Amino acid sequence: MAERNEIKKLTLSEISEILDCEIVLGLDSLDVEIALVLSSGMMSDVLAFAQPGALMITGLTNSQSVRTADFADAAAVLYLRGKIPEEKTIQLAEELKIPILSTKMGMFDVCGVLYAKGLRGVC
Amino acid sequence: MPGTELYQKEFFIKGGDFDKAGEVSTEIKSILKSVGINSDIVRKVAIATFEAEMNVVIHANEGDLKFILTPVEIRITVKDKGKGIEDIELAMKEGYSTATEEMREMGFGAGMGLPNIKKNADGFELTSEVGVGTLLKITIRHKKA
Repeated sequence: MAERNEIKKLTLSEISEILDCEIVLGLDSLDVEIALVLSSGMMSDVLAFAQPGALMITGLTNSQSVRTADFADAAAVLYLRGKIPEEKTIQLAEELKIPILSTKMGMFDVCGVLYAKGLRGVC
Repeated sequence: MPGTELYQKEFFIKGGDFDKAGEVSTEIKSILKSVGINSDIVRKVAIATFEAEMNVVIHANEGDLKFILTPVEIRITVKDKGKGIEDIELAMKEGYSTATEEMREMGFGAGMGLPNIKKNADGFELTSEVGVGTLLKITIRHKKA
């Protein structure tokens, strides 16, 4: 377990492995390094604390979730509880070049696991 | 010359159309990127524009968004027809929202929309007439004057 104040980076590929994710849209971006996380079901909360390069974690799979990730300059979106967006939303993510992962885990567990691995929340 | 328009475009936003909601902001982001505006500025404009666009989709019947790029700033004006805002001071308060439960389930109505717009803008003007509509004018500088 990482020290409390030690921030580490993980690649999308490592995150995917740790959380046993389905890679919905990889876009050859799995080697992107992530240090920060934005987790919320409310899109305005994500936008309020937008930090370029963060991983956005949300249970919301509509097209606005992908647009929010794009406007917040997020590195990727991770959906929870095995949710996969509709095909048109995946297409939008492809156009906007936002990689998509999906894990069967819920928000609390995902955040706990990633925190223990050294990632940190934006706010 | 400061204030000269380099580029101008108007967009129509339909209230309640969640399928298309966000398209206007995506297009504006793409325009700003294509002319080489700094990515921190592009993010501010995209966030403010998206929140304004979502406000029209969530709260109004329809609206027009006017985008102007000058050599020093980006101007966004959103004029909508709808129920208007009764108490602007209250609407500006973080966490205050009149969005329905249905809209919250879609990820909106956190009561952060207007504060997010203000936070990202250098100039912010909001006027509203109940039962008529709302006018929002923001400016974001991309070059020091």
